[in-house]
Amino acid sequence: MRQKRKEKFFRFYLPLALFLIFLLFPFYWMFATTFKSDMELYNLKLNPFLIHHWSLLNLKHLFFQTPFLRWLANTFFVAITSTIISLSASLLAAYGIQRIRFKGSSLMGIGIFFCYLVPPTILFIPLATMVFKLRIWDSLWALSLIYPTFLIPFCTWLLMGYFNSIPKELEECAMMDGASRLWIFWRVIVPLSLPGILSAGIFAFTLSWNEYLYALTFISTSLKKTVSVGLVTELVRGDVYHWGPLMAGALFGSVPVALVYSFFVEYYVAGMTGALKE
Amino acid sequence: MKSGQSVGFLQRKGVLGFLFTVPADAILLLLLAYPFVLGIWLSFTNTIIGRTGSFVGLENYIDLFHSDVFWLTAFNTVVYTVGAVFFKLILGLGLAILLNRDFKGKGLMRAIVLLPWIVPTALSTIAFWWIFDSNFSCISWLFMKLGIMHAPINFLGSTVNARISVIIVNIWRGIPFFTIGLLAGLQTINHTLYEAADIDGATPWIKFKSITLPLLMPLLSVITTFSIIWTFADFQLIWIMTRGGPDNATHIFGTFSFQRAIAGGHLGEGAAISAFIFPVLFICVLITSKYLKREN
Repeated sequence: MRQKRKEKFFRFYLPLALFLIFLLFPFYWMFATTFKSDMELYNLKLNPFLIHHWSLLNLKHLFFQTPFLRWLANTFFVAITSTIISLSASLLAAYGIQRIRFKGSSLMGIGIFFCYLVPPTILFIPLATMVFKLRIWDSLWALSLIYPTFLIPFCTWLLMGYFNSIPKELEECAMMDGASRLWIFWRVIVPLSLPGILSAGIFAFTLSWNEYLYALTFISTSLKKTVSVGLVTELVRGDVYHWGPLMAGALFGSVPVALVYSFFVEYYVAGMTGALKE
Repeated sequence: MKSGQSVGFLQRKGVLGFLFTVPADAILLLLLAYPFVLGIWLSFTNTIIGRTGSFVGLENYIDLFHSDVFWLTAFNTVVYTVGAVFFKLILGLGLAILLNRDFKGKGLMRAIVLLPWIVPTALSTIAFWWIFDSNFSCISWLFMKLGIMHAPINFLGSTVNARISVIIVNIWRGIPFFTIGLLAGLQTINHTLYEAADIDGATPWIKFKSITLPLLMPLLSVITTFSIIWTFADFQLIWIMTRGGPDNATHIFGTFSFQRAIAGGHLGEGAAISAFIFPVLFICVLITSKYLKREN
């Protein structure tokens, strides 16, 4: 019995604990640094893993001496608008491809899926020239319009899989009653696929909240920046790193997306595994 | 009469189905397919920020082939991709196997494991940047306290250390994707297979090699392919931590092209650098389509 418990410790609990420490430590570190004073941060005599004297100075710096709240609002605006645009386009596309079907519809499904593989590092230079010509340079709308390029492929693929699970008979019944495709789409398909729409929406929201390269390239005014971009450019001045406010910003910039995720964790995991299995 | 005709036209499956996809097609054609082609065109021009360039043929590419930094970047990109994907695969699979057991708090554990994947990479990278600080790193502090070292580790200041550091951060970020994806695959494997193997007296390794791995292979290939293209075309993690330094030791195609195109203004040259991501993208598309076809 003892032997067995010992074996379970080494084969299961120990590796699991090591994984957890590795995966969670950076979050603890954000948290601990946020609530330390500068005196404590740069004192090598103190144990850095503990908080000796709690301090709110870093939060004060972050919220009152940087446009952090503005950056949060900007990120939120872009995430919401690009999610709405992507969900609307993806719902229609997934329905057309998966349910109405047309010549070449399955090919189009695969084509849209491959768009997901195209990395932003290939597109950001030509997009920069386009954004400039379209005169949406340094505007948050540029991000709202461009983020759907990586959100639509994913959402469409996810929703196609979801529509597959809705019985065809429901549509056929409605059609016999003389309902139009649009009516069926809006009154039958959309209500029935709410869990799938929720998965796709949460995915789209987190993906656009996390975007960095486009936001860095297309936005230059400080007040228009998103959280990820704003923090580094404003709180690192030359060789001076304000580690306290930086960690506070990293922590509070992660909280909204972590909250959304924690409420809908099951949908998120279902979306991720569903999309992979398709 | 006329409206009846138009309804008939719309009711024809071909037209109506296609119409539903038009908004998505329009966005993807205009903002993905067009810039895709425009990027290739730009790489053959000497465009700089603020001035439309003219066609210069292969000049950008020839210049790159004569540049040491470019070859170093190519080397770094391969090292970064191979190193990071290899460990993400091994560790991600290991964690998936651990989580596939029945234990209390399994659901919570699965939710926690995904956190590095959910949280903005730029923000967690800043945390790692601080963890890897040259003077005040907590890892250095711990090692010095334990007497293993006498001076702080110069994580991001030396060539080899900087490369290892950025790879570690990429592994940290990517493990959840492998773990959660593979966990879904593991859960579909029929338990009776393992029971049958137990009766035959199979060791855990034999069971893994002859049951788990083959059944997981299709999913494993797709996940690995995704990870390869994402890692190969990475940007933000390295740009935030090292900006490609020290001495270009951590420049990969993404960061190098950003530096030349946006920071340096040479859009044409930057486009030529990012064009080197194409071959890997192409191979990844081929591999994925093989699996997609098999599913159909």
